[in-house]
Amino acid sequence: MSARPPIEPVQVVKARRDAALARLTGGIPYARFLGVSFQRLGDEITAQLSFDPKLIGNPMLPALHGGVTGAFLELTAQVELAWSIVWRRMESGGEAAAAIERGEFPPMPKTVDFTVDYLRSGLPRDAYARARVNRAGRRYASVHVEAWQDNRDKPFAAATGHFVMPRLDEAG
Amino acid sequence: MTAAEPDRQAKIGQQFIQAVPHMRELGIELLAIGGGEARMRVPYDERFVGDPKTGVIHGGVLTALLDSCCGAAVMSHPGGPAGTATIDLRIDYMRAARPGRAVTAHATCYRLTRSVAFVRALAFEDDPDDPVAAAHGAFTVERPARAGKSGGGKA
Repeated sequence: MSARPPIEPVQVVKARRDAALARLTGGIPYARFLGVSFQRLGDEITAQLSFDPKLIGNPMLPALHGGVTGAFLELTAQVELAWSIVWRRMESGGEAAAAIERGEFPPMPKTVDFTVDYLRSGLPRDAYARARVNRAGRRYASVHVEAWQDNRDKPFAAATGHFVMPRLDEAG
Repeated sequence: MTAAEPDRQAKIGQQFIQAVPHMRELGIELLAIGGGEARMRVPYDERFVGDPKTGVIHGGVLTALLDSCCGAAVMSHPGGPAGTATIDLRIDYMRAARPGRAVTAHATCYRLTRSVAFVRALAFEDDPDDPVAAAHGAFTVERPARAGKSGGGKA
């Protein structure tokens, strides 16, 4: 049995994880266009949609555009799934972790279908979302996501999506 | 009152786009509207890209296009809803949109009840038989306030 590896200093671990998340999400122009950013606590990520008047769909209410809400949920679900794959590889050590360190990420999972449940209208302020991977097999994954604004217990939209898992030999 | 003169429909359509900041922001164009159907187009834009390695636009752009187009189809239905909002919308992604190409959506409100509108739509570059995505949704039907109701009088 090999000796247990030395415990890394916390700032090294944090810096590596933050760099991986930034690399995963920083390369999505559409996330920047919408004003979506991602925050991390351990392996849990929370997406934030920063309000901007260009996101309005109904100026009379006013309310967020349904397409914006759907896109925000889809981005969150896709990033959560991609992050879960990156996290597993990063934490496994060995060659998979070294590849992540070199910036060799698996391709983004491709959406097969996405069903959005509009629960109440999106208010003209910031929104947050968290996704949960219900099942990730070798080929397909099912992901659920919820978005809320002021009150975590009152989601304004939820969605379930199916994705094709990236083939890990396509990393690049 | 006749519900659907072509001029009125076209005017409603243009107002629909202009009144919606996010549709303006995406550069969505209304190509046709009337009789419970609508056709819209979103241009290719590098800001919409989901994966810079391929240049393919993110599915979220198609969601916004299809949601907008479905809403417009509901509004143009001869049943004359006064307003609408999405209850649910399912999108199936058949393939990646071709980089550099505009995407067109065509939506049909195929059934309108007193309270719900049922809509389906396709998104494609040129050929509806070679779709990028399909959508299926249920929308609310807001009814105009009844005549004679207090506070709703016209000037």
